Order: sequence, then structure tokens, then C-alpha cells
Amino acid sequence: MKGYNFAYLDEQTKRMIRRALLKAVAIPGHQVPFGSREMPLPYGWGTGGIQVTAAVLGASDVLKVIDQGADDTTNAVSIRRFFARTAGVRTTTVTTEATVIQTRHRIPETQLRENQIIVYQVPQPEPLYRLEPSRIETRRMHALSDYGLMHVKLYEDIARYGQISISYDYPVLVNQRYLMSPSPIPAFDNPKMHMMPALQLFGAGREKRIYAIPPWTEVRSLDFEDHPFRAINAPHPCGLCGATDSYLDEVITDDRGGRMFVCSDTDHCSERQVAGHVGADGWREAAQ
Amino acid sequence: MAYVAVKGGERAINNAHAWLAETRRGDASVPDMTLPQIENQLARAVDRVMGEGSLYDRELAALAIKQAQGDLIEAAFLLRAYRTTLPRFAHSQPIDTARMQVERRISAIFKDLPGGQVLGPTYDYTHRLLDFELAEAPEEVMAAMAAPDHAAMPRVPDILGEEGLIETNRDADREPGDLTREPLTFPADRDVRLQALARGDEGFLLALGYSTQRGYGGSHPFAGEIRMGAVSIEIEPAELGFAIDIGDLVVTECQMVNQFKGSKTVPPQFTRGYGLVFGFSERKAMSMALVDRAMRAAELGEDTTAPAQNIEFVLYHSDNIEATGFVEHLKLPHYVDFQSELQNIRRMREEVARTAEQAAVTDSVKVADQSAETTTDTVPSPSLPGLTRQPALQRQGAGCRVEPGNDGEGGVGHSFGRLVSDLANVPDPAKITDPTGGGE
Amino acid sequence: MNTPLSAGFADPVTDSQHCFRAVLEAMSRPGTALRAGAAHPPPGLSRAAAAVLLSLVDHETQLWLDPAGEAAWDWIAFHCGAPRTADLAGAPFAMALRLPNLSGLNPGTHEMPETSTTVIAEVASLSAGHRYRLSGPGLRVPKVIAVDGLPDDFVESWRRNHALYPCGVDLILCAGDMLTALPRSVAIEEA
Repeated sequence: MKGYNFAYLDEQTKRMIRRALLKAVAIPGHQVPFGSREMPLPYGWGTGGIQVTAAVLGASDVLKVIDQGADDTTNAVSIRRFFARTAGVRTTTVTTEATVIQTRHRIPETQLRENQIIVYQVPQPEPLYRLEPSRIETRRMHALSDYGLMHVKLYEDIARYGQISISYDYPVLVNQRYLMSPSPIPAFDNPKMHMMPALQLFGAGREKRIYAIPPWTEVRSLDFEDHPFRAINAPHPCGLCGATDSYLDEVITDDRGGRMFVCSDTDHCSERQVAGHVGADGWREAAQ
Repeated sequence: MAYVAVKGGERAINNAHAWLAETRRGDASVPDMTLPQIENQLARAVDRVMGEGSLYDRELAALAIKQAQGDLIEAAFLLRAYRTTLPRFAHSQPIDTARMQVERRISAIFKDLPGGQVLGPTYDYTHRLLDFELAEAPEEVMAAMAAPDHAAMPRVPDILGEEGLIETNRDADREPGDLTREPLTFPADRDVRLQALARGDEGFLLALGYSTQRGYGGSHPFAGEIRMGAVSIEIEPAELGFAIDIGDLVVTECQMVNQFKGSKTVPPQFTRGYGLVFGFSERKAMSMALVDRAMRAAELGEDTTAPAQNIEFVLYHSDNIEATGFVEHLKLPHYVDFQSELQNIRRMREEVARTAEQAAVTDSVKVADQSAETTTDTVPSPSLPGLTRQPALQRQGAGCRVEPGNDGEGGVGHSFGRLVSDLANVPDPAKITDPTGGGE
Repeated sequence: MNTPLSAGFADPVTDSQHCFRAVLEAMSRPGTALRAGAAHPPPGLSRAAAAVLLSLVDHETQLWLDPAGEAAWDWIAFHCGAPRTADLAGAPFAMALRLPNLSGLNPGTHEMPETSTTVIAEVASLSAGHRYRLSGPGLRVPKVIAVDGLPDDFVESWRRNHALYPCGVDLILCAGDMLTALPRSVAIEEA
């Protein structure tokens, strides 16, 4: 784009972010402060993810951007367009074609590969913030691995509700050392982070933190031996492709209680439909 | 009705942008507003946008205001985003407000003083009556001007300083920090705090400053001096070895003078709260000075109980560009997380209903034993042995599907049952540490 | 400065992105040897080390330069603009012709482990030489690498560095136009 550097950021800023990324990879799950810049998109709308993507992206990369698992949600479109304009990179909606995937709130259903990088947009990198708002205090807790507060919270959940009540942004322990926010992905996606072949990078622009999980790294959702972590999902197959192993969106179809469940990962769903899989709602439609 | 996944986000965005442009222009029969009009006639808006946008450029600020349809936070955001793309050619010398070409200078703590009280173009003492003549094209107004006074106009706190009655704020022997380059870390020094306040939201600082006056961290402020006018900017290129003037900017400075009873090592003296902002922004400069002084409470050995004295709280929440982004991001789609909450709530309600059902059966068995204590708890409390059972998590209920969790054996190394007994032995639950250390 | 300085990157935007991705990949999958890209190095430095300096170091990062590499300083000062520090123990980046004693470097603090030193060190080869077995984050199974040019006591020295985790220094090893990385998180033993 005229008047701006490749991928918008100037080289000086990219170097600063790159230095932070390398430290983040060397200390899996640790939040590295970085000199986050004002971006032409609002804070809270993916500025951290955008800065990380801009710092790693090269001319030969193929970029996929998803929000809520979908390539066509407005914010995903807006961010994809930003990089198409400022970096001129090839973009795709196909998970397997992408070399860099920027995401908000989901991990694709298709297992990522060794040579892919997934960049998460993170609104709140501090997993303890609901329990301790002071970042001076939480920094000390991370230094001491003092995560008792979180265990007590989970304990209280089980005591009150018989189960852990966190359904998204479910805290994980990375490489047996750092408590980490997986970003607000549904707990359903947490197991995908464990021993993932791809590199996982996390950018929090407003909070000015970067963190990372190298490939093949242990990522454990916090739980108890006798109350193991369990992810939940709607008990239905996808209405369009019949998938039973994907995370589902609930779509309200009328004002008389009508609803259907469809894959949140739009690429996964359409690939399956192309391959001939049809869900119950697809059959019904065909019959009509 | 067949469901079709929403497509066409890109077209929706383009259409929204086109509509925005149309509403920005408004009725085409009304003349388009020019940047000089905004720069001159909405000058206070321009000042505020330059301050919160952290970039001194009246014309660009006017453009931002026009582009943002007068939404000043949006305009400041436009300026900030532009600012980050600008290269840095040089670092200026500190500006010297003692050498300001003063347009306004007042002190509340002396009746008269060298250089005098200069009211300047102020709203103070105007009667707030809507002036209907302004609705018509008003006639050109010329204010009477005194001949420029070149007499010295020392800063009032400096006068106090000659007698040693006010603390001296020494120059730090290092370059000031810059939170646009380095992220905020704590403890944050005063240079960085002042920078954050100068960029901070006027409304937020006004409210915080006001709260200190109402007892939330008060420090008995007097408006020692407020001055507004142009100061020179100088840079000292390394190859020259002396400073050169590269231009002027208008700033408002406020120095609050506050009580301080002294300590073992320091005799009683006044302390300073400092405010400095771009343009003519007196409300902001005064609020800033109050909040600056409040944040020095710990340094001066005062109690820190009020919001304005909590440095971390003030600095993390004063930036309206950060705040507006995060508040407004709630309108982005969150349906994936909401769906997980829906399933969670359904699952928990099922559990509650099931337990209530069981309780009803038990109650009917025990119906004769009316003296038994009844409980309204719908889930077992931690002291009950039922806690170590596998709960309903693995049940295929109607409302949820349970997926495999951490692969292999569950548990990050803690047993819930063990934690329960740990809790019984440890007085302070918050001190239970290190899930990594407690492995099998 | 009589001899003209060699060029840095022919295309700074593309070349530094390429080099960074190589370092990122090597840091993510410790021990992986990758091509660093096309930099024209100053006297005394490998092409890989020159590329890493151009990609990561600038006027915001202090750099310690091995006195044995003095001849490279003018080039570094011109292309990177990094302020030089003689204090190895405090430097965020160190450019070493031979890996220094790791215990003399800044390991960071428990609150800010990211403030530790990153050492860019020259070695003779990343494909032949002494064999080391690596394990840890980034490696699905332990990986054996061969490096020629690390100190004899490297395994013991690294054991102490790794024991400081999450503190500790990170290494970027360079030979010719190849580089690899050893983050503090990786455990290293003789293979």
C-alpha cells in the first residue's frame, strides 16, 4: 500500500516484536511485555494478533483469518483485507493451504501441521485477572508459580456446582510451569493445544503482552485427578455436514423454538459437504 | 426454512463504509466544512484531540475531527494511528515554560505578583447564556490588546522555591521514559506517569481529580499557577553542538501547590502536582495536576486508599483509545463463547434438576424423620463424601455432549479430594502453591 | 575506517523477515539447522551471524561484541546502530566468536525472565562435530545434533543454565550461512 511499509509496521517495530516473540518461544506460556503500537484498528479488535502476524508474515506466506471459526465474519474479513492491502500476501479460507492462521476464539478442526503458525488474538492475557486484578501481584504469582488462587477457584466451583463452571478461556498449564490464558476459545478446543505440531503465538495489543507455545509442548487444562477436565459441546451432529466431532454453533431459525446446529468451523463444514457428507437439515432440504 | 451460512461480510463492510461517507457529508446543500474552519472555530476540540491523540498538528487534528464527524475520541484515535507510522528524526530539548509567550496566566495563591494576573481568552466569568446572535453570522470581533509586556513573568512555584517553601523537583539524570515505545511497567516513575496523564482521557482525569477534592485521597490543593501560551521547541543536532529553534507549540501548564507536613529528614514544605497538556486545555491540565499529586501519596509517606492514589489503577485506565476499543469490542461476535456458556448452563441446570429429583426421593423415604435438618443445597457441599464420586460430567445428557479432556490420565497433578484435605489443614487457601511441584 | 563497509541486506524488508523466520523456527524446534539468508558480512563474522544482527539488533538494544571480533564493529555500528556495551553481564545481546562462559551472562529474573541475554555465537559447523541430544518443548522426540566448536564443558555449562529455568540465556549458533538455536527450555546431554 502506498506510503506504508510491507505489512504496515515499520522495520524498527517489527524487530521489537520479533525480539519479544523469540523470548516468548524460549519461555513457553510466559507473558513477555512488548511496546505494542497503536494500530489502525481499535484495541480489543485484534491489534495484538495483527502486530504478531505483521512481524512474522513474508511475501510467500498464505494467510487465513478466522473469527468464531468462520472466514466470513466481518472482523475476519476486515483483518484479512488489511493484510491483503498492506502486504499483498495470498489469502485463503482453506486451513490446509495456509502457512499463517490468525484466529479469534477458535482453533480449526483440521489438525495443524508442522510448518504452520497459528496466531491468537488475545483480549486478556492474564489468566488470574478475575481473581487478582493487580498485574503487580499476578506477575509475582507467576514468578513463584503461585497458582493456588486458581485451584481454589476451581475447587469452589466443584463445591458449589459439582463441576468446573468455566466454559471458555479455560486456563492451561504450559510446559508444567506457567499458567496461561488460551484466549477465549471454547474449552472444547483446549486439547488441540496439547502437543500441537504447529507453532502457537499469542498477541495482546491493548495489554501489551506476547506469549507463545512451541510445537510439541505439553499444555494441560487445569483440573483435578478425581475431577478431570472435560470439554463440552452441543449433543448433535452438524445439520449441514453431519459431523459429530466438530464444535457447533446454535442457529435460531424461527421464533417458535426452531433451531439447528452447524459447524462453527466454516471451512471444515464446506470441505465435508464437498466430500459428500450431508447432515439431517441438508437431507430435509433435498427432500423438499 | 433452510439455513444458509452468512456470507458476504466483505460486501456488507463496503456498503457500511459508503453509507458512513454519505452521512458524514450530510445534506449536500449545506456547504462542506473546511479544515481552517475547524482549526479556528473549533479550536478547543482541536486542542483536545491533539492532546489525547498525542500529536501536535492542528491541521491533522482538524482533519481527524472532520473525518470522525466530531467524535473526539474517534478523532484522537485516528491521530494516534497516524502518529505510530511517523519516523523519529530527533529528540527535542525540554520545553521551558518560564520563557512562555504568555496568553493567560493566573495564580490563586497571590493577589498580585510580578507579571500580573492575565485572564486571557477564558470562559471564566462569562455568563452561560446561549448567545443567539452566534446563530446568525456574527460581525467580526476585535478584542482590545495591551501592548505586549516583556516584563519577566516567573512561574509562581519558582517564587516559592526561592524561599525553600516548595520541594525542588530535580532533573532526572537519565532520559525520560516513553510508554509509546516501552510498555508500562511498575513501579512506574513520575516521568512515565505524567506522560500517561498527558495522553489520558480528560473526562477520566476530571472525575479522578474531582474525587480527590471530595475526600478520596485529598491533598489540599491550591492552584499555584496556570499559564497558557506558546513555547519554543529546540533540538540540538549532534553535529552542531548547540540548540536550534524549530518552531512553537501552545501548551497549558498547571502547578498545584499542596500541603506537606514534612518528615524526619525533610522540613515542612509545599509539594507540587503538575499538569501539562497540548493547546488550551485548562480543565485537563488542572485535573492532571491533582491526579499527579494524588499518585505521589506513597512516595510522600501518605496513606494510599483512594482510587486516584492507586498508580496501577489510574495508569491502566486513563487511556481512552485503549478503553474505547475494549469496551466496544463487546459488539464483535462472541457466539462461540456464548454457545459454550449456553451448553454449560444447560448442563448445570440438568445437574440441579437431577439432584433435586434424588433429594425428593430421599425425602419421601425419610418423611417420618421430620427432625432431620433439610438442606436447600442442590449440590453436595465439600464435606460430603459424595464429592469424590465422578460427577455428571461424563453422562450423555440431553443438553450437552462431553468430549475427551486432557489426553491420557486426567489431572495436572492435583487431586480434588487431596486439595479438600489440604484446605482443611492450611489456614490461608490463597497460599496453596505450585501445581507443578505436586506431581504424582 | 579505510576499507569500505560491505553492504548489509540487499533487500532489508524481505531478507530480515526471512532470517527472523529461520531464527523463530530454530527457537521453536531447537537444534534445527536453517539457512539464515543473504547478508554480506563484515570481516570476522559469518554470513548467518551478520544476518541475525541485522534482523534483531538496533539502536534500542545494547550489544556486547567479542573483543576478538573488533574488526566487525564499524559495520555493526553503521548497519544496526546498536549502542555498544562492554558489560557482558548486562547485555541483552552478545555477539561472540567463541561461546563465553554462560554463568557470566544475565539470566533474567523470575518476574522478568525475558530480560536475559541472547547470545549469537559463531561455531565451526552445524552439521558435523560433537553430538548432543536435545529434549524439551519443540521436540516431539529427543533430537541428536552435531556441532563443531562449542566449549568442551558445554553440556555441564548448559545443565546449569537450563536449571535456572524459566531464567537462563538463549543461544543462536551460526556457521557459514546456517544457524540454529538453543532456547533455555531445552535439556542437552552428550549423545
